[in-house]
Amino acid sequence: MKLALGPTLYYWPREKLRAYYENIAAAPVDIVYLGETVCSRRHVMRLPDWLEVARMLAAAGKEVVLSTLALIESESDLKSLRKITENGDFAVEANDMGAVHLLANRIPFVAGPYLNIYNPQTLAMIASLGAKRWVMPVEMSNEALQPLQQSRPVEMETEVFSYGRLPLAFSSRCYTARFHNLPKDDCRFLCINDPDGKTMHTREGKPFLAINGIQTQSAQVYNLIGDLESLQRTGVDVVRISPQSEHSGEIIRLFRDSIDQKLGRKSAMQQIDKLFPEAGCNGYWHGRPGMEQTLLASAIQHE
Amino acid sequence: MPNLHPPGYAFLKQPEYKLELVCPAGSLPALKVAVDNGADCVYIGFRDDTNARNFTGLNFDAANARAGVAYAHAKNTRVFLALNTYPRAAGWVRWKKAIDQAAELGMDAVILADLGLMQYAMKTHPQLQLHLSVQGSATNYEAINFYHEHFGIHRAVLPRVLSFAQVEELSCKTRVELELFGFGGLCVMVEGRCSLSSYATGESPNNCGVCSPPKAVRWQQTPDGLESRLNGVLIDRYTDKENTGYPTLCKGRFVVEGETYYAMEEPTSLNTLELLPELLRIKVRGLKIEGRQRSPAYVAQVARVWREAIDQCVKDPPGFSVRPAWAADLGKVSEGQQHTLGAYHRPWK
Repeated sequence: MKLALGPTLYYWPREKLRAYYENIAAAPVDIVYLGETVCSRRHVMRLPDWLEVARMLAAAGKEVVLSTLALIESESDLKSLRKITENGDFAVEANDMGAVHLLANRIPFVAGPYLNIYNPQTLAMIASLGAKRWVMPVEMSNEALQPLQQSRPVEMETEVFSYGRLPLAFSSRCYTARFHNLPKDDCRFLCINDPDGKTMHTREGKPFLAINGIQTQSAQVYNLIGDLESLQRTGVDVVRISPQSEHSGEIIRLFRDSIDQKLGRKSAMQQIDKLFPEAGCNGYWHGRPGMEQTLLASAIQHE
Repeated sequence: MPNLHPPGYAFLKQPEYKLELVCPAGSLPALKVAVDNGADCVYIGFRDDTNARNFTGLNFDAANARAGVAYAHAKNTRVFLALNTYPRAAGWVRWKKAIDQAAELGMDAVILADLGLMQYAMKTHPQLQLHLSVQGSATNYEAINFYHEHFGIHRAVLPRVLSFAQVEELSCKTRVELELFGFGGLCVMVEGRCSLSSYATGESPNNCGVCSPPKAVRWQQTPDGLESRLNGVLIDRYTDKENTGYPTLCKGRFVVEGETYYAMEEPTSLNTLELLPELLRIKVRGLKIEGRQRSPAYVAQVARVWREAIDQCVKDPPGFSVRPAWAADLGKVSEGQQHTLGAYHRPWK
């Protein structure tokens, strides 16, 4: 299985982003997705800046894919989108049907996790338009994935979101601005102060969700490092790790060593647990509520 | 692309344009009162997870659907069938049969979100009109034109996230008819792009046609107040003096950095009566009322008010104003007793 680093979902300062990706150049990931997928107002990195990072990573031997916004509302959003789809050098991950429209039958693309591909017929349709890889919706289970694996078009690769706070929902409303009592149009880009989002607790103090601008994430970290064997059995080609502000290098290494069978499952789960901003979960993969954790390192006896 | 709809109201005199009132019906009695109170179109769903209001005791079996279509057609009203969830492989045959049944029942359109289903419908029942569901998350004209180019969709229902200026901009760049939510419950998330419900309960609008399903809800009186929980997660807690609301996940009160508030959205209803002249000006084709899960009394009340308002507005768009009686009547049936223009009014965002 190949290892991919998904697009950074948070708004980090330019220097941090650049330093982050310089480290990634030396990290054992095969594929890196770049670009802003959450909010069109975020601007510390423009397309030329992303392209510079893309070239640096490509020179380091990474496959680079440019990701597009999940919520495209205005003409100016579309203008930015067209610049990405027409970049000429790098493949594109389409996160909206508008992006698919611009790429279909012209340029091979990756069908992103927000396109709602849930059945073999839809996967075949999206393949016929030129998709070479698809990212499974986060809420899909191993069981629901299997029929798509059995009937998928030749050469179609399957990628599964396997580590990070889950991107659960998009709104046009900005919850970070709402928290600060600011209108979205005058948000002052305060999400830059939340490098892993802002945790939303229930009224009895349990971490539940996380605010990341217009995106709502899980507070818990989705983590399939204990499930890699079943991902492999189901024929998943690419395992996606979502960037977090700290420890990405170690997380990538633990996944890499687990995939290469240099590291046992129990040991990997115990080591990665320490690197989370919150507790872990893996319910979706097991057909359960996403927030559940169905397998604990402590329950594994013989590894 | 040229501007397809030049500004002004001159087109109102053209017989081919009409703003249609599209009303919800979760039962045959609701369908009948919608038709009787002036709906131009009624939308319904079958009694299972093929549609996004999959609630116990709600919706239509084949016999009721047939009776509903007959009743509506006799009074010149069209019927749309919502088949707007995304089937997984195990459900494919059932969803496919639902499309066949829609065609057989003489539905005037099916409201779809899934690409595979659209392709099936287009190939198997070319005469069946396709509407893109709000669950299809099409928020820009490139997306809408994608569905038009590949499946010949006739109409698109827009997610409740666009500002009015964005709707207007979009309306100029597509030949697809647009349908907008005008009244009822308000989804604060982009429809079709929300997995909050499955994160907490395992069931989502996309796959199961439910959000925050009743079977996961528990109410409990505690020394701290009345608590509502969803699969164990505390959604809200009420003092004796507060009005309680259904624990829809995004409408709960949560704590962010020590502050307790409606972190996502207050329990409130969408109401766009005052936008009617503008909706006519940009040639919106469908004005959709939310609420298939609501009673026939709700449907009757809302249909009556909107029928009157639309008729008034068409007669004299510049002179249109919202009558206090309309607002009062709609207020009686609103969720949370509060109204908002939602995303159509930009500061809401």
